Amino acid sequence: MADTATTLPPAHGAPRFDVRTILTRYGAWIALALLILVNLAITPNFATWQTLNVNLTQVCAIVIVGVGMTLVIATGGIDLSVGALMAIAGALAPLIFLGKLFLLPHPAIGVALAFIVPVLAAAALGWFNGWLVTRLRIQPIIATLVLFIAGRGIAQVFTNGNLQVFNLPSFQFIGLGRVFGIPFQAVLMIVIVAAAAWMLKRTVFGRQILAIGGNEKAARLSGIPVASVKQRVYLISGLLSGIAGLIVIARNSAADANLVGLGMELDAIAAVAVGGTLLTGGRATVIGTLVGALIIQLVRYTLLANGVPDAAALVAKAAIIVLAVWLQRQGRR
Amino acid sequence: MNSIPLKLFQGTGRYGVLLALFALILFGWVRYENFLGAFNVLSVLRYNSMFALVALGMCFVIITGGIDLSVGSTAAFGSVVAALLSPYGVMPGLLGGLAAGLVVGAYNAFIITRLNILPFIATLATMLAASGCALLLANNQSVSVSYETGFVELGQGDFLGFPIPAWIALIAYLLGSLILNFTSLGRSVLAIGGNEDAARLMGLPAQRVKALVYLASGGLAGLSGVILAAQFGAGQPIEGVGWELFAIAAVVVGGTLLTGGVGSVGSTLAGVLLLGLIFNILNFENGLGWISLSAYWQSVIRGAFLLLVVAIQARLSMRAQETA
Repeated sequence: MADTATTLPPAHGAPRFDVRTILTRYGAWIALALLILVNLAITPNFATWQTLNVNLTQVCAIVIVGVGMTLVIATGGIDLSVGALMAIAGALAPLIFLGKLFLLPHPAIGVALAFIVPVLAAAALGWFNGWLVTRLRIQPIIATLVLFIAGRGIAQVFTNGNLQVFNLPSFQFIGLGRVFGIPFQAVLMIVIVAAAAWMLKRTVFGRQILAIGGNEKAARLSGIPVASVKQRVYLISGLLSGIAGLIVIARNSAADANLVGLGMELDAIAAVAVGGTLLTGGRATVIGTLVGALIIQLVRYTLLANGVPDAAALVAKAAIIVLAVWLQRQGRR
Repeated sequence: MNSIPLKLFQGTGRYGVLLALFALILFGWVRYENFLGAFNVLSVLRYNSMFALVALGMCFVIITGGIDLSVGSTAAFGSVVAALLSPYGVMPGLLGGLAAGLVVGAYNAFIITRLNILPFIATLATMLAASGCALLLANNQSVSVSYETGFVELGQGDFLGFPIPAWIALIAYLLGSLILNFTSLGRSVLAIGGNEDAARLMGLPAQRVKALVYLASGGLAGLSGVILAAQFGAGQPIEGVGWELFAIAAVVVGGTLLTGGVGSVGSTLAGVLLLGLIFNILNFENGLGWISLSAYWQSVIRGAFLLLVVAIQARLSMRAQETA
């Protein structure tokens, strides 16, 4: 408490040259830069297209889900159901384009529907989460726990727990396609991140999200339609989970309701936390989430590429999360 | 909140779960042969005692207004340690698993009370770390326990005709209930959950109580890992996925408020049994041959049940707020 005088809160204007403030604000970027430098030094064949592609494809789904999670957390909520919604979207799509759900008049229509219906279904379930949170006033962690438990079961019941294997390039473009040599999913990810970052910074909706997370009561008193904003945020989170589910199954050429999106809620929350979004709401950075996800992925890659077992990467991930959140707290003191 | 509606609300939460449990048992008894037979009852108790232990720790954590997401992987870690120590006897296995859980609990207590990190994110990180430790220790595969030292009795044995794991859970719940209702520690736990600042200003050692609660939750998770290893004959580093959420669901179904300050040990046990019986009844229903529901329905039904309970709770608490 004695050092409160030396560390001003990061207010507008007068940026001070202070190690702690810099670490808190740019910690994630510094960590990412350090990781890349370390890798350039020790990991063989790091600076290649292939490494970039491997890491990008691994991180896309986490980032896309993480964007939705960032928005939810910015309102002071949480969404545990993202992984289960990915499984539902991933189970629905093959059922549609393989014609198991209903007869298809034309294969192309099947592919189109396989994109639209699962994403809409996931969005609808996201809306349901929002409905529980806003209308029944159930705490977000419990409200989304319902679909976390039931959602994967629904996907498993749809497919009877079976693996659905397919080979359909027109559908799998979302996971395997390339645009000018860049994986299409990476392009999609960047578009989503950019759109969300712009929305959060520049639109009324974005400011309303942050206002609700900062002080919900004040936001309500100042006339912000709190319920409607939250509802939309959960809907967006569901929709993005649906897209991520499609990417994952397209990449694997198979949909396994038991595995698609398993543990995704944790990865997404971790990316958000490491990226510097305040977990209690009110301050959020979508770009930070992207950086956070890249850091977590790159740490894992670094350890794996240098022969450290995957289990140790879990411990490293835990340490990064604690360190990032702790640094964040230091900065706010 | 006015006190009368609040009491009504708590009462419905507590007795509601008992009523639902009673109704479910009645349904099973009327509908299926052997549902209340000794074999079925004892195997349900034996299997669910692991979850009961985890849920007990979670109940205390939630009453203080916190959450512990690491219990599942802590149990996995405990089961691996117990299995590795089982060749040396029953006690080393039991104490080893317990100690593993306590270490994780102490670590949680440290990052939550000393580093002031939100319990949600702190225990989320611990979940990953404990899971990683379990996998490293077990070399990514399950570790079979020694059958010569009698360690498996801890999970598979009976004492006075009652499964040993169920005895362990029963004793833990009795102790938990005594502590929560009749000791100053229990009052402090409730007070901190009700209003942490007020509790602190009253001179209650809030940080120490919170640390104790996370320590206990870790220890109970380690103990349930011991039972896991003994019951299935192997330490399982990848078990425990989703246990934390099952435990939270059981606690919530039992009428404990996630906001803290209110809760009951007994109805948490009822919540565990309620969620466990859903699986049991599903099996019996399939056995009748009228319908054939895959095991996947289990989680759908559990989710629907959780939804029903929290929706009723939400309605009641809203009404309580309106009348206040």
